[in-house]
Amino acid sequence: MSELTNLTIAEARARLEKREITAAELTDAYLAAIEAANPTLNAYVAVTADKARAMAAASDARLAAGTAGALEGIPLGVKDLFATEGEHTQAGSHILDGFRPPYESTVTANLWADGAVMLGKLNMDEFAMGSSNETSHYGPVVNPWRAEGDDKALVPGGSSGGSAAAVAAWLCAGATATDTGGSIRQPAAFTGTVGIKPTYGRCSRWGTVAFASSLDQAGPIARDVRDAAILLRSMASVDDKDTTSADVPVADYEAAIGRSVKGMRIGIPKEYRMDGMPGEIEAVWQQGIAWLRAAGAEIVDISLPHTKYALPAYYIVAPAEASSNLARYDGVRYGLRVPGRDLLEMYENTRAAGFGAEVKRRVMIGTYVLSAGYYDAYYLRAQKVRTLIKKDFEDVFEAGVEAILTPATPSAAFGIGDQDMAADPVKMYLNDVFTVTVNMAGLPGIAVPAGLDGKGLPLGLQLIGRPFDEETLFATAHVLEEAAGHFAPRRWW
Amino acid sequence: MSVDRDTVKRVAHLARIAIGEDDAERMTGELNAILGFVEQLGEVDVTGVEPMTSVIPIAMKKRRDAVTDGGRAADILANAPASEEGFFLVPKVVE
Repeated sequence: MSELTNLTIAEARARLEKREITAAELTDAYLAAIEAANPTLNAYVAVTADKARAMAAASDARLAAGTAGALEGIPLGVKDLFATEGEHTQAGSHILDGFRPPYESTVTANLWADGAVMLGKLNMDEFAMGSSNETSHYGPVVNPWRAEGDDKALVPGGSSGGSAAAVAAWLCAGATATDTGGSIRQPAAFTGTVGIKPTYGRCSRWGTVAFASSLDQAGPIARDVRDAAILLRSMASVDDKDTTSADVPVADYEAAIGRSVKGMRIGIPKEYRMDGMPGEIEAVWQQGIAWLRAAGAEIVDISLPHTKYALPAYYIVAPAEASSNLARYDGVRYGLRVPGRDLLEMYENTRAAGFGAEVKRRVMIGTYVLSAGYYDAYYLRAQKVRTLIKKDFEDVFEAGVEAILTPATPSAAFGIGDQDMAADPVKMYLNDVFTVTVNMAGLPGIAVPAGLDGKGLPLGLQLIGRPFDEETLFATAHVLEEAAGHFAPRRWW
Repeated sequence: MSVDRDTVKRVAHLARIAIGEDDAERMTGELNAILGFVEQLGEVDVTGVEPMTSVIPIAMKKRRDAVTDGGRAADILANAPASEEGFFLVPKVVE
């Protein structure tokens, strides 16, 4: 493994600034690593080598001229959900075959404006619908982590599975990702990386392929807490092109790292202790509580009574919004077209061939719950339950709790082609049981690696914060990271 | 509530997804599993609760009513499976 690809973003930034390394060298090191590993891991669906080299050369020129941006020369991977001008953008779907947007998403435009280098597009569950990256049209991503003494291929989580695997396997310095129900935090937990879903409205959704618009939010996956803070500062912005972009200034998140948690009130919600939860998840949670207490935080027991209803409410709200958002894929304006005898048959044939099984399932559920006679019973009720879920959080924050500590996932990474989950879609959905509440309430949540299970696989903890208080999450996550240490997979690929 | 095979076929048609008999059979089971899972929302007392319309309390942004974009027909058609003379081409709709 190249020493250059081992550098964190903060380390690479320092060495680039001092001109000890060049952006061109760094980019070439990553391109070589991708070429060697991608046939095995399948993390990238498109590598933009020429563009990367051109961007790196421009970065070296700016570094020489003293006009470097905050991410100058840092090679990043981009989830296939972000529109990148003239480059592969298919949201992991067959229905967007050949689509090359003539525009750039706001999030990626912000990164390039700060000098970052694009290595390519990262694999993902189709339209971000999945928790294992197995619904991708481009096939599953292989987790760089394996259980001790076992060479069975594991999933990297999803939907940002390519992002998490690429970061963990040193195939990019950091990656963009998106999170609708847990799609940043669950893959981060499965790969020993750090992922943050910021507050709804913090990152612009403009140019990001829509799944469930009231829940979708972009964020970074990185190798440590500091790198995640550096990336989020560049990704976040106030954007007139997104009506739900919040008019709140972007903070210097990196400056929050090192801030003490002494006296901070951390809530432990009793409802996150699920029946049948593995003992190792409970143990890592208790360990996190002990670390924060040792750092001077005040640990308080709290109750979020509507927690168990978040996942069922999500499986009404998200498919409903998806069925509406995905109506645009009709074979007329872009992507795949499958002919039919008339226009209607062309629509039906195109969507039958272009969407995978999970996307069809969710579009069908969404269509059903929004159809005449069922709207009140399903969608309206789910939106009322959502109000109650958000109020649970508001009540504990009003009582002085500054952050909430929970497990990130109910298990470690599982095998590709897991039979139980293939047979029952609800089993797969349960992966998001601890993360989905945060999307339903629009809050920021960060997943940070906390330890390894008995088989040597990473386990993560989640911190949930108050709206637009990402700084507290970075400060607290850093305390956990300092106590837990760093985790990296053994290189076998 | 649960769905039968005819309902699944009707919903597939509403969603503009062609499905065969085998697909309809399989999907009926899958959709019923999901509908069974979300059924538990019926336990929640939602009397007097407002449905959520915005997760973060922000006012909808407004902008000046002015033309800020346009003249990009070529960009818009660039990804079309079929187009001609500045139009998207589709199978005949009107006889």
